[in-house]
Amino acid sequence: MKNEMTLAFDSLSENEGFARVAVAAFVTQLNPTLEEVADIKTAVSEAVTNAIIHGYPNEVHTVVVRARLQEETVELWVVDNGVGIEDVKKAMEPLYTSRPELERSGMGFMFMEAFMDQVKVESEPSKGTTVYMRKKIQKGVTEQEA
Amino acid sequence: MEMLERNGGRLVVYLPVELDHHYTEEIREKVDKVVREEPVFELEFDFSRTVFMDSAGIGMILGRYKMMKALSGRMMMSHMRGQIRRILKLSGILNYIQLEQEEEVV
Repeated sequence: MKNEMTLAFDSLSENEGFARVAVAAFVTQLNPTLEEVADIKTAVSEAVTNAIIHGYPNEVHTVVVRARLQEETVELWVVDNGVGIEDVKKAMEPLYTSRPELERSGMGFMFMEAFMDQVKVESEPSKGTTVYMRKKIQKGVTEQEA
Repeated sequence: MEMLERNGGRLVVYLPVELDHHYTEEIREKVDKVVREEPVFELEFDFSRTVFMDSAGIGMILGRYKMMKALSGRMMMSHMRGQIRRILKLSGILNYIQLEQEEEVV
C-alpha cells in the first residue's frame, strides 16, 4: 500500500494544531498504537513550529507538510521557503536555540530525533529548510498487544 | 473553567487541552501579569485537562520555574498523563521541578 498527501497552510501558530492532527489522522491508516500517534504528533508539532517561528520570523508565508505511507513506514517532509539555517549541526544540538528571548527550550530537534527513526535537515540560508522524518509503525507489536 | 485560580499566595494554572507554541504565549502573558502585580509564593501547573505538549510547553514551564526561583517561591506540576509524562521525563526538567505530593516520578 502506498498513499501520499500534501498540506499547505499559512505560517500562523493556530495551524500548529491543525497540522499535527491532520497528519495523525492520515497515519491512522497504518493502524499505529496511541503512543506512535503521540510520537508523530509531537515530531510534526516541533518541525511545523520551527518553520513558523524560525523559518518565517514575523512574516506569514506558506508551510508545506507532505506525508507518504508505504508498507509500514511513515515519511514526512516539513518544508518552508524562509530564512534557512546557516549551521544545521549547531541548530540540532540539544538545548541550542537561536531565539532564547522567546523562551524556546532548544529541545525541538531532540524530541524529533527521540520520537522518529530518522530525522534529516536540509537547509540553505535565504532559500529555506526541509525537515525529513521517517518512522516505522510496529504492526506486529500492535497485534500482539490487542 | 477559568484558566487561573488564585488562593492567597498560591496560583493554580489549569493548562489547556493542547499545550503548544500557540497556547504558551497566552499562558505566559496571563501568569506573568498576576505574578508581577500580586504576591505569589506557590505556582502550580495542573495538567488534568492536557493531552498534548511539545517543547514550547517545556520552554514556558522552565521560564516560569526560573521566575519563581528568583522570587524565592515554589513551582509544582500535577495530574500529568501519558504523552505529557514522556515529554517531561525526556526533557530532564523533572529533576528540578517538584511534583504534587501524591505524584510519583515514573
